[in-house]
Amino acid sequence: MQTDRYSLFALLREAMRGNTGWKPAWRKAAPAPAYDYVIVGGGGHGLATAYYLARRYGGQRIAVVEKGWIGGGNVGRNTTIVRSNYLLPGNEPFYECAMKLWEGLEQDINYNAMVSQRGVLNLFHNDAQRGAYIRRGNAMRLHGVDAELLDAQAVREKVPFLNFDDARFPIRGGLLQRRGGTVRHDAVAWGYARAADRLGVDIIENCEVTGIRIEGGRAMGVETTRGFIGAGKLGLACAGNSSRVAAMAGLRLPIESHVLQAFVSEGIKPFIDCVVTFGAGHFYISQSDKGGLVFGGDIDGYNSYAQRGNLPVIEDVCEGGMALMPRIGRVRLLRHWGGIMDMSMDGSPIIDHTPVQGLYLNAGWCYGGFKATPASGLCFAHLLARDEPHPVATAYRLDRFARGAVIDEKGMGAQPNLH
Amino acid sequence: MMDARMTSAPVAGAQPRRVAGGNGIDAGRTIRFTFDGRQYTGHPGDTLASALLAHGVRLAGRSFKYHRPRGILSAGPEEPNALVELRTGPRREPNTRATVAELYDGLSAASQNRWPSLAFDALGLNSLFSSVLGAGFYYKTFMWPAAFWEKLYEPMIRRAAGLGRAADEADPDQYEKATAFCDVLVVGSGPAGLAAALAAGRSGARVILCEEDSLTGGRLRAERRQLDGEPAWRWAEQARKALEALPEVRIMERTCVFGTYDGGTYGALERVADHQSQPAKGQPRQRLWRVVARQCVVAAGALERPIVFPGNDTPGVMLAGAVRTYLNRFGVAPGRRAVVYTCNDDGLRTALDLARAGVAVAAIVDSRPEGEGQGAQVAQACGVPFVPGGAVTAVQGRMAVSGVSVRDAQGREQRIACDLLAMSGGWSPNIALTTHQGMRPVYDETLCAFLPAALPPGMVVAGAAAGVFTTAEALRDGAQAGARAAQACGFAAEQPALPEAEPESCAIAPLFHALADVPSARWAKAFVDFQNDVTAKDVALAAREGFVSVEHLKRYTTLGMATDQGKTSNVNAIALLAEITQRPIGQTGTTLIRPPTQPVAIGALAGAHRGRHFKPARLTPTHQWAESQGAVFTANGLWQRAQWYPRPGEMDWLQTVNREVRTVRQAVGFCDVTTLGKIDIQGPDAAEFLERVYVNAWKKLPVGRARYGLMLREDGFAYDDGTTARLGETHYVMTTTTANAGGVMAHLEFCHQWLWPELDVQFISVTDEWAQIAVAGPQARNVLRHVVDPVFDLSNEAFPYMAAGEVTVCGGVQARLFRLSFSGELAYELAVPARYGDALARRLMEVGAPYGIAPYGTEALGVMRIEKGHPAGPELNGQTTAHDLGMGRMLSTRKDFIGRHMAQREALTDPARPTLVGLQPLNPADQVVAGAHLLPDGAAATAASDQGWVSSAAFSPTLGSWIGLGLLSNGPARHGEIVALHNPLAGTVVRARVVSPVFVDPEGARVHG
Amino acid sequence: MRLTCPFCGSRGVEEFTYRGDATVRRPAGDAGAAAWVDYVYLRDNPAGPHQELWYHGAGCRSWLVVTRDTRTHLISDVRAARAVAQAEREEGAV
Repeated sequence: MQTDRYSLFALLREAMRGNTGWKPAWRKAAPAPAYDYVIVGGGGHGLATAYYLARRYGGQRIAVVEKGWIGGGNVGRNTTIVRSNYLLPGNEPFYECAMKLWEGLEQDINYNAMVSQRGVLNLFHNDAQRGAYIRRGNAMRLHGVDAELLDAQAVREKVPFLNFDDARFPIRGGLLQRRGGTVRHDAVAWGYARAADRLGVDIIENCEVTGIRIEGGRAMGVETTRGFIGAGKLGLACAGNSSRVAAMAGLRLPIESHVLQAFVSEGIKPFIDCVVTFGAGHFYISQSDKGGLVFGGDIDGYNSYAQRGNLPVIEDVCEGGMALMPRIGRVRLLRHWGGIMDMSMDGSPIIDHTPVQGLYLNAGWCYGGFKATPASGLCFAHLLARDEPHPVATAYRLDRFARGAVIDEKGMGAQPNLH
Repeated sequence: MMDARMTSAPVAGAQPRRVAGGNGIDAGRTIRFTFDGRQYTGHPGDTLASALLAHGVRLAGRSFKYHRPRGILSAGPEEPNALVELRTGPRREPNTRATVAELYDGLSAASQNRWPSLAFDALGLNSLFSSVLGAGFYYKTFMWPAAFWEKLYEPMIRRAAGLGRAADEADPDQYEKATAFCDVLVVGSGPAGLAAALAAGRSGARVILCEEDSLTGGRLRAERRQLDGEPAWRWAEQARKALEALPEVRIMERTCVFGTYDGGTYGALERVADHQSQPAKGQPRQRLWRVVARQCVVAAGALERPIVFPGNDTPGVMLAGAVRTYLNRFGVAPGRRAVVYTCNDDGLRTALDLARAGVAVAAIVDSRPEGEGQGAQVAQACGVPFVPGGAVTAVQGRMAVSGVSVRDAQGREQRIACDLLAMSGGWSPNIALTTHQGMRPVYDETLCAFLPAALPPGMVVAGAAAGVFTTAEALRDGAQAGARAAQACGFAAEQPALPEAEPESCAIAPLFHALADVPSARWAKAFVDFQNDVTAKDVALAAREGFVSVEHLKRYTTLGMATDQGKTSNVNAIALLAEITQRPIGQTGTTLIRPPTQPVAIGALAGAHRGRHFKPARLTPTHQWAESQGAVFTANGLWQRAQWYPRPGEMDWLQTVNREVRTVRQAVGFCDVTTLGKIDIQGPDAAEFLERVYVNAWKKLPVGRARYGLMLREDGFAYDDGTTARLGETHYVMTTTTANAGGVMAHLEFCHQWLWPELDVQFISVTDEWAQIAVAGPQARNVLRHVVDPVFDLSNEAFPYMAAGEVTVCGGVQARLFRLSFSGELAYELAVPARYGDALARRLMEVGAPYGIAPYGTEALGVMRIEKGHPAGPELNGQTTAHDLGMGRMLSTRKDFIGRHMAQREALTDPARPTLVGLQPLNPADQVVAGAHLLPDGAAATAASDQGWVSSAAFSPTLGSWIGLGLLSNGPARHGEIVALHNPLAGTVVRARVVSPVFVDPEGARVHG
Repeated sequence: MRLTCPFCGSRGVEEFTYRGDATVRRPAGDAGAAAWVDYVYLRDNPAGPHQELWYHGAGCRSWLVVTRDTRTHLISDVRAARAVAQAEREEGAV
């Protein structure tokens, strides 16, 4: 008998028999000729979409097609931070929906993704930033989301290892969301894949979409390297490559692909207990349960589909790190890598149907995609199943650019590399 | 608890395992060091590892998960086991590889990830539960109850996490950054690298040769080999000398090229002072190099692979090549009785070198069948038992090897006593630099190695890194690569004369593990990734659970993700996975090796940009003067600006600021406003250009007048504002906000160069050229009359509000005078060449004294602009429109301008948008806080009732009340209404009346005074 | 990454700032709303050669039209934006 459900008991039982009975986390499905729903993209969002479609919306005959191996894109390339500390009314309820789903995720999918609500602290360094964070924190509170304003002394007590006394831009305080934190990123992809698989979803790896078949203005399915796959409804969840795939249906998107680098240090004994974001430079950091410092900064700033960046940003990020916590000078950077972000024109995502009937789009996640994963999946599933936006995702429409109803958290305008 | 270290009982001074002939050490000098508090000695040229081995110390560290006792596996940067905390206090460096830590007198190192001691580690118990703690076990448990994760499970895991400890204080050392340019960068100084550098260098090309080791020579120092009848390391030294003599060649030792970046840029780290106890005064610890090279020869050598078999992690199991390095370079015999286990002829050399150094070789175990390879000859030459077709199936000893079980070709097992097992699974070309740009290597069945296929532009690979393993061929390959690289840069390169090398064999038969029955789950622990404790079982388990892509395997098991980045484990893991999934290795895949090739200190990547030097500080021309006045400064972008000027007796900043505001409103004050962007605009089409970038009209602005202008972004939202003055027919000077000074400049250049190249207009930023000082208050004109030369008429008629012109001051100093007012008072801005700014401030103080003049800072400036309802940064936040700011009517309908079309979209013209209002609390003492949200009075504090926010707030001494500016839905229609200012973060609600944003002098009479 | 500025020569990317797609053209004043939405918001975002605008802000302040492959970051062409724009005007006038 194979072991399917995960528990301490299962772990002990398998240990007794040499761990020989574990069932594969997901089947290596071969494509069927047609499905009711085909999701393009086996990343966090696509897998979550399939899971919620099957689980909450009773979807049947669902496939996720992935050009490589699942979880090989941004869900496995991010800095693992989750938070719902957004300012604008179009965003906050959505990210809070994601946060609530994170809070119950492991029991829901029977997979320990190590959702760790260790707190996210955004530092500020001047009065203008304080005002902006108060505005944001109050917006969160009015939405029923937790937020606390810390003064400089409270920050010092919480994270004493920061540079308080010799700083070019002294720390004046911070906005803390205690419910924010980190999640083991790969596990999110695997956990959703496994849970979706158990509900009958076909996860089809090494199956690259090469075309979208459209007949009479309606999407009929996808041409793939493993043949044509018919789709009742076709959902694109391939952020980073959204423009390329949408172009197969003749669509141009308000998106540029940009590279965001991420960094991890050698494993050291844990001393950073929460996520800290520098307010005077591009730098944010947390420490993983293995001991590695996981950190990042700004995007490189030019269109790119190469999953790598360049030295100026690497240096910039490390400069921010040393300015904020000079004790990490002798800690070594172990790896750096890049992920391709769908940088949208207002810095906010799109979950909407497209002008092509039967073709739905989940895109434009900028670098907020990982934290959004569960809500993105839920809302996209809702849209696919019901043909109307989920109540927390009503602002994420494609026509908002034409209408001017942009959701521009940073106020940077139609310049994707500034969001 | 006795272990190998204790039993060998070293005495300070005595180095029992030292043998003669180490070519890389100075045996004539002895230096001291401590490890875990115990005193030892070594020689200059030693690494911490070689010196410990010289004392017979075997136990050097503990593994990550199972806390297994670990020794020294390698002699180089690939070391997974012997990681220590080097140095103490603020210079403590966790996870330092003992195999590359150069010994210096007084070195202090400590083992890590063990408690209470290295010899007895309580968490070694983890090893007993390894069948529960297998790959990915944590994904399957710790889920119930949910709340326990943060409270119990995770803290438990985090207590066990990590290896060494970061320092508890700021890093006291300095770091530098530098950029170097060359024609040919050569990475590695083994035979191929030296030959490449010689070939390229002699052509006259600019060559940089980087060697991460402290000595050039690479394996030439590790092998007992002859070149031209001399020891090979001597040839390396001669080659180094020859390179030194070439003027365009730069040799950089202790410099690791860690990354390949775009455009022929390479990252390199020079360890300037790591081989000293601490940097000399003024010396950086390390230097980050960005090397820009037209061509790059990667001659980074190869890394030897361990063999996966049960107990292969026991201290005393060592890579065969490392054993030779210790013998030949360091003069250290890592054991007294050795077994050599190999699948290739190179590994056999270890037996020869051991025998020659007087170490007993108990057996040579060669996995290849009898007759294949040179095992029999070598065994005979050493007089050693030979086990062809054999395998090591077990290791005896826990804290150190005491013997091995060997199975011969017939399946007979025997135990052989030994204290050293030298293993070789063959060599993996060190191709990390070739994969950083996404090029995947391909597997070569003959060489049993991944070789680079496609290469980044300008890169060639030579020598062992290219799978060319013999010395003679590596020399030739390197020379060719160096010559070709120089030729590609336009130099006439020839191949240098190369030394004669002895013939050698590198024949190999594939061997990655010695596990009898691969799918079995019952193996004892056979390690694939030593540091992260990933065993062959874990690989099998991952495969069973479907993690059959190499990327999944890596992420699920953490294989290859330790500090050694899988240098010794990746290929073995792929081979095991291939076997388990019954695919050829070449089709099983490979992971791309992420940069850096060696871990790089974060401090080095940051360089000098830390502390107060994180970013440069821009100082205004009056900065020193303001300092002398006791000003308090605040950062405004990179600028430092005077925030207020406290006077003795003032209780707090608010009292100071109130006094400054009152001084301006009642007498006269002045403020340095140099930080505003200033752009000089000249050309026949300047007026037309301004028409197109500003929303309002410019063509009718007469010479000698200034006008307020608003710019939009092309998406229709407000971008920047300021005044532009017309100084001549074709000459304007524009001011921008401080924050957008650079951005507006780039924007104007964009509009001109890209959108409207037909316009004849030019720009230059003159922000730093002019010191600009605002003089404001009823007495402003009277003060300026003492400054501006008398030929200039300052009367209200001659120089009215919004006048602008060139004047002279203080007896002939060229200046520009603008009658502008941000404070709402009679005010001027006077610009003088920056070098006169300080003198102007002093003069103003002097001549203004009778009028009660005082300087005011940015805080008073801010209070007065709020009193006057002028939008600033918090309102011009990129999210607001001209309509939101109450400037909707400024948008000209008679011309095209940037943003015009998009500003007309429905969502931007919606009257319900939050729009600028003033807010005056019903109780003047109630503090208005920027960031509070505006809700209808009495409405529940929920987002549904949210109608706007307070953007700016201040205490107005003029009104004797707190006031605020806010953006309120339908704001202008709601003047007189009472709204509630909710600040749930502080738990306060303040009731305030919606009023006009202009609190003071709404008729604007004062500015015209 | 390095860009060869036509005026300054080969310089590190840190001297430049990026704007984006250089193939979109600002519509005429009387163009319809759709043309403006296209210009301001929609991009081809190709995986491959990409013409894009860079600003040599830490150098000669020239705007440049750079042709760069977004898959490899290899740069095949750099021109002064003003020259490109002027040439287009002249072409349009002919």
